[in-house]
Amino acid sequence: MNGNIWIYLTVMAVVTYLVRVLPMTIIRKEIKNKLLRSFLYYVPYVTLTVMTVPAIFTATKCTASAVAGFITALILSFFKKSMILVATVSCAVVFITELFLH
Amino acid sequence: MSEKNPKKTAFISGMRDGLPIALGYFAVSFSLGIQAKEAGMSVLQAAVMSLTSLTSAGEFAALSIIATGGSYISMAVSQLIINLRYILMSFALSQRIAPNTSSLHRTCMSYGITDEIFGVSVKQERPLSPFYTYGAVLLASPGWVAGTALGVAAGNILPGNIVSALNLALYGMFIAVFIPQSRDDKHVAFAVIASMLLSSACAFLPYIKDIRAASPGTMIIILTILISLIFAIIFPIKEDDESNTEEK
Repeated sequence: MNGNIWIYLTVMAVVTYLVRVLPMTIIRKEIKNKLLRSFLYYVPYVTLTVMTVPAIFTATKCTASAVAGFITALILSFFKKSMILVATVSCAVVFITELFLH
Repeated sequence: MSEKNPKKTAFISGMRDGLPIALGYFAVSFSLGIQAKEAGMSVLQAAVMSLTSLTSAGEFAALSIIATGGSYISMAVSQLIINLRYILMSFALSQRIAPNTSSLHRTCMSYGITDEIFGVSVKQERPLSPFYTYGAVLLASPGWVAGTALGVAAGNILPGNIVSALNLALYGMFIAVFIPQSRDDKHVAFAVIASMLLSSACAFLPYIKDIRAASPGTMIIILTILISLIFAIIFPIKEDDESNTEEK
């Protein structure tokens, strides 16, 4: 380790906070532009999907348990179950699957 | 829902959604803490890092820079690139809060823009209340910090199969956001399917997969902008679309 750890931490905190705070404080009006509004409408769903797939398949000990958890989450969400239920049951399915496989 | 004290209602609702996030964070930050220890950090340093940065991918990347003695510039650039997605989230949230929200609320709320809190925030009715975010952050952030600190201090106390199962928690929460919306809006469903296919393809295609391995955050931004823009052009929202989607 060469650098001073506290300077590293300060750099991290400043950069990370700036990307979070700038749009929120600068953009104060409702955007009227239809293309931009449409773009911002899709952003959350697209970005959450891209973060989930394919990363989810390597998140657990083996692909099989991840697939089982993924399918469980898909089915429960399709029936609009709450986030906490979807998350908990999917985790339980991963645990049980690995119990059987290993 | 009682209209008597909307701030309190929003705060409690935020805490309710913040609890599962805190539990998911705890599991992830626990393994972050184990790595922080390997990078030579103390409990205090790791806890301060998690409290002030509150970002999973960014902190994991930072640890490798710290461990290898990278420059401060490379630290700044890596954090900027990995966390650039927060710009999009902050941008999207700026349109979901009331336009007259004060600067103080805006600067405080911004601290809580993480993948997961953003995920639950977009499920809220418009306008999004700052107090919802405060409720969620109040639980999520301590969960993240405590997990990191404990990871450094206590190492491998959780059995591997529990950690493995908990790793799925955060993804489960993401899925609980984009799937219900796909049911309500078929354009979102197409966008979600396209995102799954393209994102998976990027993990296999030569050259592109190397970019993804080097910086998963960059890949997320590129794909998000590209896919959202294409869908915005092909399937622009109708003005009443957005209000429909908020009814759930």
